[in-house]
Amino acid sequence: MLGRFVEEPLPERAAIVKAAIGIGLYAMAFGASFGAISVGSGLTLAQTMVLSLVMFTGASQFAFVGVATAGGSPLAAVPASLLLGVRNAFYGVPLSEILHPRGLARFWTAHFVIDETTAMAVTQATPRAQRYAFWATGLILFFLWQLGSLSGALIGRAVNPSDVGLDAAAPAVFLALLWPALRRPEARWVALGGAAVALALVPLTPSGIPVVAAAAVALVFGLRPSGGDDERTPDREPT
Amino acid sequence: MTALWLALLVSAVGSYLLKLAGVSLPESILNHPKVQRVAQLLPVAMLSALVAVELFDGGGRYALDWRTLTGVAAGVVALLLRRGFLAVFLIAIAVTALLRLVT
Repeated sequence: MLGRFVEEPLPERAAIVKAAIGIGLYAMAFGASFGAISVGSGLTLAQTMVLSLVMFTGASQFAFVGVATAGGSPLAAVPASLLLGVRNAFYGVPLSEILHPRGLARFWTAHFVIDETTAMAVTQATPRAQRYAFWATGLILFFLWQLGSLSGALIGRAVNPSDVGLDAAAPAVFLALLWPALRRPEARWVALGGAAVALALVPLTPSGIPVVAAAAVALVFGLRPSGGDDERTPDREPT
Repeated sequence: MTALWLALLVSAVGSYLLKLAGVSLPESILNHPKVQRVAQLLPVAMLSALVAVELFDGGGRYALDWRTLTGVAAGVVALLLRRGFLAVFLIAIAVTALLRLVT
């Protein structure tokens, strides 16, 4: 009976924790830039931290801040950040097979379903290592993401955002997030199309709409009849 | 409650519900190749749109700060040189801040 609980030590354990800490430190820097941009754009410290604690998915958080503080209605930021978060729902497919979350466990497992945890879990060799990688990455990254957001927000509060060039930070961050995907030719066309649609709508629609309208480009390209690569491999880049 | 708080809470809870849907919905709905392709391309189109809007939207009309643009261009050079996220971020804000200081 006891043997069931005294499990063999996991051989990959040290390697997984090391990789998770590496990803977590990277996320801390990313979180610090989020905190600085968020407070620099006009959100309060509390609003910034609620985004990091509850939304907990980097690209959507940046998009929310960018659109909500662009001068139009903050409600325009809702579809923008949610559409960017749609990919997290699709990570649920491989992760459900790995984690088999049942009942209440679904509710706390779901919170940690993000790019990095998915990438770390699906690349492990055994089911035990996959589960361990998901939780190690999720918990370490969550903690360091909050720490980063908080320190970034405190720094952002102490400086004048445009003096330190923080207005260049958001577009640079979005480009860095986009960059790995641009290796695929199809993605380059979609990126070009998305930017063109958004730019064309800037003088015509309230702020926030141009970004949401760009989603239509992904819809048209994704649903078009011709083939294309269907495989799906989440990046380790925090998006 | 202000509109900003309302938008923030709806977006944050909505983002969580998307994750929850992913681990709760039957696999057949999410495993469709075309649906997956759209999901994969969505962030590409939207991040690109965000870059464009951040750089050229001056509140419903086109506007451009050449210092910001130069800073972001420096960030692109860093990306081309395969620098990591943090280097890109720091180079972009440092170049912009420097140009703002001297002009």
